[in-house]
Amino acid sequence: MSFGLSEVSVRFGATTALDHITFAAPRGSVSAVVGGDGAGKTTLLGCLTGAIEPDSGRVERPAKRLLGVMPSTSGTWRDLTVDENIDFVARAYGITGEDLRAKRGRLVAKAGLDRARDRLARQLSGGMRQKLGFVLALLHGPTLLVLDEPTTGVDPVSRVELWGMISEAAAAGAAVAMATTYLDEAERATTVLVLDSGQALASGTAGEVIGSLPGTISVVDRPADPRRAWRRGRVYHEWHPGGDSTSAQIDSDVDLEDTVIAQMLRRREHAST
Amino acid sequence: MTATAARVVAESAGVTRRFGTFTAVSDVSMRVAEGEIVGLIGANGAGKTTLIRILLGLLAPTAGSVSLFEQIPSRNTRQRLGYVPQSLGLYTDLTVTENLRFTARAFGSSVPAALSDELSAVKDRLVGEIGLGLQRQLAFVAALAHSPELLVLDEPTSGVDPLARSRLWDTIHEQADRGVGVLVTTHYMQEADQCDRLVIMVAGRVAAAGTVSEIIGGRTAVQVDTEAWDEAFHALTEAQLPVLLAGRCVRVPDASVDDVERALARAGVSAHVTAVPSTLEETLITLGRA
Repeated sequence: MSFGLSEVSVRFGATTALDHITFAAPRGSVSAVVGGDGAGKTTLLGCLTGAIEPDSGRVERPAKRLLGVMPSTSGTWRDLTVDENIDFVARAYGITGEDLRAKRGRLVAKAGLDRARDRLARQLSGGMRQKLGFVLALLHGPTLLVLDEPTTGVDPVSRVELWGMISEAAAAGAAVAMATTYLDEAERATTVLVLDSGQALASGTAGEVIGSLPGTISVVDRPADPRRAWRRGRVYHEWHPGGDSTSAQIDSDVDLEDTVIAQMLRRREHAST
Repeated sequence: MTATAARVVAESAGVTRRFGTFTAVSDVSMRVAEGEIVGLIGANGAGKTTLIRILLGLLAPTAGSVSLFEQIPSRNTRQRLGYVPQSLGLYTDLTVTENLRFTARAFGSSVPAALSDELSAVKDRLVGEIGLGLQRQLAFVAALAHSPELLVLDEPTSGVDPLARSRLWDTIHEQADRGVGVLVTTHYMQEADQCDRLVIMVAGRVAAAGTVSEIIGGRTAVQVDTEAWDEAFHALTEAQLPVLLAGRCVRVPDASVDDVERALARAGVSAHVTAVPSTLEETLITLGRA
């Protein structure tokens, strides 16, 4: 069974926050939505959880008690300890006794929080707090996990641990839908939807998204058109919308980041003509 | 531009900083030369921010020494560097123009004449009302207005979209091309690739330093290609291996092909297992465990 959005539009006054967006979150996989501040990621996730009612389109989601949500602020109670946070959520879902003991032991160890169980959530580092937030969202065994930028501001070591937990939840059969601003991370997901100002720029596997860009991207020392070029280390990557330019081959160094930058440039060029 | 030939704009020599019994930074020696982009990478609590504060002259080291432009950090050296903290250091209840006037007065420089079209369009708006991407752009303009010789950036692109991020990096490279030394912290490995050199900190110490390929060295990870990635993931997790999902395959940093094959065979999972060069992220995990 697949959860997700089909042709969903959301308007806030004169602003179109989502414009005919389709986003599938099948069970047993990680589906990522990528974009910057204001792209529509949180609105999309809000439609998926039911917090936002779309103006048009269809949403498939599980019953509320099978939904796990982690907001970008981590969703932890800062004046409660790690254990008290877990107790609170367990109580709400009626998880008790041996079941709670086993779940707590396993998840707290996975999150590397075993030695922090008596610490207040406010005293945790950003990465630890995000991991606790994930534990809370996962505790009741949801079939759909909705995670809003779980790794923003999280250090590389905690991020890898968080990714391990996210992957494990998907491997165990949950549908994971997550927002991120980072494309190296989106490349790890099963599929990616790229949003820009409420519009879908591209979607599919990372390979499909890279392949869907019109034209080619080349690696050059000096770009022919600086407006269509960006720095990657000491060299430039340049997008040639023309397509079959013989001098410009899609370089093996071209990644999802390059493709999304080019897609965003393309959309802006279209908007200004 | 090689680091040996160029002038050093920031340097720490054997710097240690203790807070009570806690050692935040331990015997760190590193340098930033003019025209060079140095990335400072590490987990929260690894000592990056403490080291930056010491380099800026905001915090005294317990042992060791620092120099900025071959001098002891002072008000005079502060004039010659630009700093963008994680919190951006802007006044959210002043307008874009007022913020720029404020920094110009503080540094005795002039207000930048030309702004990007995007920033011009919001120049009379309160900074608190413009988006995060524009705020980051503005913090850069403010930090660059007095033509610093050293730029210190603490997670400069957190939360902005890929195009805005690439434009901020274009600005950073432009400054480096002009001879400005850049010290930048980031949590993102793709940004680490933008740097000429990296300094990796683990628990207050320098765990590795050099170019990305020098740091990765000959390290390998094990890639597992299989139809049943979820079963492979389970089997490897059960075997206590540090397994990571990567699109439609899984990778195991810091493990041998034999160990991975054995764990998969035990669980009856058939897969194609190969050793591949480590990514920087995988290398960090290995360094963090050591």
